[in-house]
Amino acid sequence: MRKVAVIGAGMTLFRRRLMETPKELCFEASRMALDSAGVEMKDVDAVISGSAPDAFDGVHMKGEYYSDGCGAYRKPYMRVYVGGGTGVFSAIAGWYHIASGLADIALVVNEEKMSSCMPHPQSVFAYIWDPILDRPLKPNLVWIFAMEMNRYMTIHNIKKEDIARVAVKNKRNAVGHPCAQLADPNITVDDVLNSEVMAWPVQRLDISPPSDGAAAVVMASEDAVKKLKVETPVWMKGVGWCIDSTMWTDRDLYFPEYVASAAKMAYKMAKIDNPRKQIDFAEPYDPFDYKELHHMEGLLLCKKGEAPILTREGVTQRDGDLPTCPSGGLLGVGNPIAATMGQKIGELYWQLSGQAGKRQIPHEIKTGVANAWGDLMQYGSVVVMGV
Amino acid sequence: MKVGIIGIGIAGFRTSTPEYSWKELTYEAASRAYHDAGVDPRKDVKAFVTCAEDYWEGFGIFDEFTPDQVGGALRPVCTVCGDGMHGLATAFMQIKTGLVDVVAVEAHSKISDLLTYEGVVQHALDPIWNKPLRGHPFYVAGMEMNAFLRASGNNEKQCAAVVEKNRNNALKNGIAAYGSPLDLNDVLTSEKMFDPLKKLEISGLADGAVVIVLASDTAARKLKRKPIWVKGVGWANDSPSLETREWTQAKYAELAAKMAYKLANIRNPRSAIDFAEVDDRFAYKELQHLESLGLAKKGEAGKMTARGDTQIDGKFPVNASGGSLGCGDVVEASGLHRVAEVALQLRGDAGKRQLDGVKTGLAQCWRGIPSTSGAVAILGVGP
Repeated sequence: MRKVAVIGAGMTLFRRRLMETPKELCFEASRMALDSAGVEMKDVDAVISGSAPDAFDGVHMKGEYYSDGCGAYRKPYMRVYVGGGTGVFSAIAGWYHIASGLADIALVVNEEKMSSCMPHPQSVFAYIWDPILDRPLKPNLVWIFAMEMNRYMTIHNIKKEDIARVAVKNKRNAVGHPCAQLADPNITVDDVLNSEVMAWPVQRLDISPPSDGAAAVVMASEDAVKKLKVETPVWMKGVGWCIDSTMWTDRDLYFPEYVASAAKMAYKMAKIDNPRKQIDFAEPYDPFDYKELHHMEGLLLCKKGEAPILTREGVTQRDGDLPTCPSGGLLGVGNPIAATMGQKIGELYWQLSGQAGKRQIPHEIKTGVANAWGDLMQYGSVVVMGV
Repeated sequence: MKVGIIGIGIAGFRTSTPEYSWKELTYEAASRAYHDAGVDPRKDVKAFVTCAEDYWEGFGIFDEFTPDQVGGALRPVCTVCGDGMHGLATAFMQIKTGLVDVVAVEAHSKISDLLTYEGVVQHALDPIWNKPLRGHPFYVAGMEMNAFLRASGNNEKQCAAVVEKNRNNALKNGIAAYGSPLDLNDVLTSEKMFDPLKKLEISGLADGAVVIVLASDTAARKLKRKPIWVKGVGWANDSPSLETREWTQAKYAELAAKMAYKLANIRNPRSAIDFAEVDDRFAYKELQHLESLGLAKKGEAGKMTARGDTQIDGKFPVNASGGSLGCGDVVEASGLHRVAEVALQLRGDAGKRQLDGVKTGLAQCWRGIPSTSGAVAILGVGP
């Protein structure tokens, strides 16, 4: 199997960005990633993009529309879309473009512009349900995540404050991240527990904010890495992806089986048989605080129900034994769905190549794992990277 | 490692399919493909690819609805926002990595569910520069036809000959929705819709689903299948903006073909390839694509068509299936259907429209107005 490395990454400020079009956000992130890798578009063989609902931007075939912003002019170009799982899956798409031998250097660009969706992007989520079984109930995403969170808390007897610790950790970790929207050095567990109730047990500070932004990475084959004399390539060691049935009402929500399945696929490829020992840090997908815990268990980094205990004991702090979301995650940096590739794949690259600045994990790290999650609580995409 | 097609399933291809949901239509195509390939999707198929766009489907996140009907629940499945042929390229790459050895690709159209086709296509135009101009977005096709005919020297009569050929070919294709014995005059006298584009030069919409199973050579041997080899794939985009794109030729087709020819080791496409299924959503597109693909000299595609070279019994048959004009425009399934058709011809399973002694065929797709996105696949038989 051809080896593939990430050799550069870029990420825009995450905010409500009314002045920029989706094309411009893509351009900004692409330019940063190309500069970071020291390559130009003429060196790039293929462009891959990722973005979530077209309805956010209000553009049909939005991948085609913003393609020139990604540098895809007269290039092989493909957009992948697996809901919230896109944040990590598009990097997997970049990997197979190169690992297959069809490309030597690929640019992966993820974009999301949620602010053009008025009055709130949540209204798009009214159209994600089964039109016969779900839609007449007028469900809302926060409600079903509340159901999942509740189930997870009930099965393992987890206290709300142990979950709130994740929001506190991530929003504090985000301090110093140049793109962060909701970094807060002084936030406490009480702030989270006293925030507005959205749908019990979900409160406002348990949720990551909608945002606009883009992120990009440049990937290269082993030959290209040598040719370009890249000093700090970070290798794609394992990839895995998995979707569960559409019928979310038919499964037990307390454990993300599909994430575990994707993780097993990635670990097999990366020759990892004991993830807790062989993985030094993780970027589990954290659009809600309980999701980080859910995903740590799905990624087999701890036993079922053990993630809140590790969090309480400080194991997942930046200087802990298993740092999670050192970037600040979605909770701290922001959640422009697909563009969260910046906190997941981007952060693995920056941490493993020693470029994470104030966010750098203080001890030696060799292997990291990231995941993204999406659709109707059914998609898992997992990438293991290492040096 | 070689990659080949071991299973083909086609369902629908009617102007409306009220008795089916899109899931049922896809299920039918998938069942046929798995039966054809002799595989159990829950065991033998290692990954699945769906090709879909939210707006066509009427959903916020269509990827949610992809796994169950193809047997992909709790398995690696992904959605590509592209034509089915982009999905074919994705499956090709996934197999070439060595990570998975059997992949199923699905693309479908349930366009009869869509009550606002024109509005949806309008939403694909640049929201600042083009959408505010209003009007039916097919004016872009009218303008392009004009630019292409002027620059290439092809004429309206030759475009009409494409319609006559394809809709008559479709009469030989059991699944085609728009087979008709119409003649040149019917086309030339049909209503001008987006001058010079006439009503009968625009493909009618249809529902349909196509599923294709691909396998590595080793996996095909294990499954005791004789694959139709995917010798080359290529895909490319030109500029998305109307203001800066190439109007006279299909640059995306030229670049995609270049990539596919290189992979397939083809230097002279016209002699190496025996027949083609190319995008003909608008009649002039067949001529433009033939020239951009290097299958006709610049300015010669119309003459080839008028001479009858592209007929089923001609020197270089094009769209023997009936193409989109004859089978119906099945949106993102269009390209995958062309791949299926080329594979059926190469297997000798094309029934009344079977071509004699064909060994290598080309399939090409375009994503329609207003995109400049297309792909090419080259299929062949042999050891």
